[in-house]
Amino acid sequence: MKWSIAEVVGIREETPTARTLMLRIPDWPGALAGQHIDIRLTAPDGYQAARSYSLSSAAGDPVVSVSVELMPDGEVSPYLVRGVSVGDQLEVIGPLGGWFVWRPTAQPEPLRLIGGGSGIAPLMSILRTHAEAASTAPVHLLYSVRSPEFVYYRDELAELAAATAARVDIQYTRRAPEGWAGALGRIDAARVTAWAEGTEGSVGASNYICGPTPFVELASNALVAAGADPTTVRTERFGG
Amino acid sequence: MGVITPGFFGRAREADPKLPPGQYETKDFPVLSAGPTPNIHPGEWSFSITNESGDVKRWSWAEFRALPVETVDTDIHCVTRWSKFDTTWRGVSLDTLFEDVETDAGYTMAHSYGGYTTNVPLEDLLDGKAWVAFEFGGEPLDPEHGGPARLLVPHLYFWKSAKWVTGLTLHDTDELGFWEVNGYHAYGDPWKEERYSYDG
Repeated sequence: MKWSIAEVVGIREETPTARTLMLRIPDWPGALAGQHIDIRLTAPDGYQAARSYSLSSAAGDPVVSVSVELMPDGEVSPYLVRGVSVGDQLEVIGPLGGWFVWRPTAQPEPLRLIGGGSGIAPLMSILRTHAEAASTAPVHLLYSVRSPEFVYYRDELAELAAATAARVDIQYTRRAPEGWAGALGRIDAARVTAWAEGTEGSVGASNYICGPTPFVELASNALVAAGADPTTVRTERFGG
Repeated sequence: MGVITPGFFGRAREADPKLPPGQYETKDFPVLSAGPTPNIHPGEWSFSITNESGDVKRWSWAEFRALPVETVDTDIHCVTRWSKFDTTWRGVSLDTLFEDVETDAGYTMAHSYGGYTTNVPLEDLLDGKAWVAFEFGGEPLDPEHGGPARLLVPHLYFWKSAKWVTGLTLHDTDELGFWEVNGYHAYGDPWKEERYSYDG
């Protein structure tokens, strides 16, 4: 595997602080849902900075997408969110990672996905791969997000929920859309437990949790307390 | 060197001899774990070394804590590209734990609560290079950072410093552990940027 030069072939503003970059990567071998790529930037003096970004595209997509959240003190994300235009070239390597991945199988077990903020990205890859494969696995997503304008992939999540076996629950932490019936606030253990009890296949499900470290700690502990086998809970954490 | 990225200049910087290639410094202490954090009470904790003949040396928490303790000031480097300078740990040197272990094996596999494993050559654990650490920054080690005790092998990428460690097994050949099977490098030298399995 080598670094290669990807071309930015599309950009979508995802939220006020995040955008999705669509990349055409030469000789892209395809990916597994949940894998990531590294993107490397090089300054004129040769200085380089690289970061990992989860793919949000489906496993089989020939054009891959990554969603980048602007980190105010970040070094790479400000450039990717504010500085990149369609037609630009970026150095990338991947696909990477062999653990936080999902493969559609003939006799699929239920899927439970919990995402916090930009942690939705690899879960979106799983959802899109699930839809692409026309998988019959029941899939439940619990997605924690500040307020409606910070929901990634909003329209597509609604479409997936309407068209497939997916059920999407969004938990708003600071402000909810008008008419929303749920309680506002951060996900706590009780919320995860109640959600888990409402999912199919509490025993035998595959669980994927991605988000900031405290969020993942809380959600994974709550899921295990609610009866999930720890070996079925895969996590990806980011931030300090 | 790669292609220049137009308009990218990076952070203001000086060449820092403490920073391995491709790393950036953080003041935080991020977490890299594959699954839920196991909650292990010191009363149920034990650490063992099993040699290639199957002979086992085992320490309970109380026995382990009765061993001589060293203070370790070191930089740590995570494969996810952050480095943290001047961290302070307390732990028991692997030299102490290996004092009465008879072995001709060259390789070890570290085993953790939760089932995770990582492979480290024996010579990378001896001669003052590695510890079983139970304190970080003057406090008992948090579960999410590997408490009650983790391996500390700071000259390798930090996933080799197995969290929630409960034992080492000795082997004549190098086998891949959990992280290494899933794409990380078999050895993991940060100064050679041995991050992923394809990095030679």
